[in-house]
Amino acid sequence: MRRLAVLTLLAALAVAPVAAADPPRSGIVHVNVPPGTSDVQYGEQLYGGNCVTCHGPDGRGITTPVKGAGDIKGLGPPLRGVGALAADFYLRTGYMPLPDPNRQPRRSRVLFDRNELRALTAYVASLGGGPAIPTPHPERGNLAAGQQLFVENCAGCHQAVAQGGYVTGAIAPPLENATPTQIAEAVRIGPYLMPRFSKKRLSDSQVDSLIRYIQYTKHPDDRGGWALGHIGPVPEGLVAWFVGVLGAIVACLIIGKRLHA
Amino acid sequence: MRRWLAALVVLVLGRGRRKPRLGAERERIVRPDFPNARAEGFVAAALIAAAICAAAFVAVYAIDSIPRQTQFLGLSLGLGFLFLAVACVALATRVIDDEDEEEYKPPANPEEQEEVEQIFAETGQRFTRRKLLWTAGGAAGAAFGVALLAPVASLGPVFHTGSLYTTPWRRGRRLVDEVGRVFHVDDIEEGVMYTAFPQHADREQMGAPLVVVRLKPAQLQLPSDRNSWAPDGILAYSKICTHAGCAISLYRKPTFAVVEPRAAFVCPCHYSTFDPAKAGKVIFGPAGRDLPQLPLAVGPRGELVAAGNFSGPVGPSWWGVRLHGARS
Repeated sequence: MRRLAVLTLLAALAVAPVAAADPPRSGIVHVNVPPGTSDVQYGEQLYGGNCVTCHGPDGRGITTPVKGAGDIKGLGPPLRGVGALAADFYLRTGYMPLPDPNRQPRRSRVLFDRNELRALTAYVASLGGGPAIPTPHPERGNLAAGQQLFVENCAGCHQAVAQGGYVTGAIAPPLENATPTQIAEAVRIGPYLMPRFSKKRLSDSQVDSLIRYIQYTKHPDDRGGWALGHIGPVPEGLVAWFVGVLGAIVACLIIGKRLHA
Repeated sequence: MRRWLAALVVLVLGRGRRKPRLGAERERIVRPDFPNARAEGFVAAALIAAAICAAAFVAVYAIDSIPRQTQFLGLSLGLGFLFLAVACVALATRVIDDEDEEEYKPPANPEEQEEVEQIFAETGQRFTRRKLLWTAGGAAGAAFGVALLAPVASLGPVFHTGSLYTTPWRRGRRLVDEVGRVFHVDDIEEGVMYTAFPQHADREQMGAPLVVVRLKPAQLQLPSDRNSWAPDGILAYSKICTHAGCAISLYRKPTFAVVEPRAAFVCPCHYSTFDPAKAGKVIFGPAGRDLPQLPLAVGPRGELVAAGNFSGPVGPSWWGVRLHGARS
């Protein structure tokens, strides 16, 4: 109980400059800072307004549910050591802020503007070491090697042409809107239930090839002519039944008519 | 298949019904060129061709070394059915005259009775190669029967199930990756799934591939007799799903364990889900038994080695699967 009180107090202190603003549920708490404020300081204020309820003061995380500002159930992982990489990924994909901690983060509209994103990322990076935002070079990658790597490591969940799929308990999202930087980040983080791929497992140059293949899947070269949604046997079966079988029936009817005549 | 063919024949013939010609008693009813020997020969040839194609299907199915086997399987079976169809159409239009397919009605008067008898007599007289046609038809039927039953042989060994229990793993055998590098304890990180193979052994064997993950030792809930099987929290299981034998290629791991589902292996075929922390227990999906676990140990230079064989038989389940353990 005392710990809870301390936490609430700390949260209240962090939120102090914007205490009168709306809670995050109805949107984002924007902060006005005097010119000359550093990114980290600006980020800290934004963090206090938008993130602290779940991620706790100073990014220490909240692992037992706490009622925070605006009756939001606060629950979230610590952010110390996740680095700019994770902050950049979760914020630019719109995964965060998450309306309900029990839900899988999904790609959605990014509610922060550019300066706010930069400031929050700088603040999270300042909480304690962690990887920087990667700079992938898909143009240096090899498309064929990328496909091979994708099939071995990603296609099981994300489908062969990155249309997305399922594992038990989660949705593996389609990658059509993923930017090269986001892919490079996701591979290292393993967001939600996705496994992580360390540099030992997939080197940066292998990730370049992987990204090159994923970029290719956005406009693949459909050798069969019709793409049919790139989702495999279901639409192909529909075409077989409704076009192929219909054709076979018409052929039967024509043969039958000629025999009759 | 043959019922369908019979139905097709009846359908085609049924469309050709005509009113019987009455009052032409002494005139020949069946056309003089009907049925003719050439047409019968043609039908017999088509049936024999169909039989050869079906036999070719069996041969292609049996010989694995044939390149593009799938394409040849399709080609032989497809051609077989094509010849069968040609034979049926020719039989219906050239060999059997369609004067005699009037639905059977009890003859109204002796005249009609006589007519029906005449049709039978005339058709029968010219059916010169009856024996040949029966032989060819029998050959086609037998060949197709064998062709359609041949894939049953792939369901697995019937008498020598011992091979299903043998795996290349034994005490001291090292774990290597897909290019043959030896796995060391430090190579295995949390949240990553690795595929491992036995060093210096056949990787194509059902019991060869492994999935290897690392969990925190505190998370493990192994039965007490397996306490030593996971050094440093590193666990190895067969990569072959116990349901239908697919390769388990999905690993889910929570980023924030408080609210997210627990770490698990998921088979992409039918979503059977196995819990690595609980000795490969099935937690979702159609798999009927747990994933076999391989006991691990650490070698003198920190390399990962097997400490024995699997906890149970690997691969998809079969009749009597639980009767014996895995053998080296």
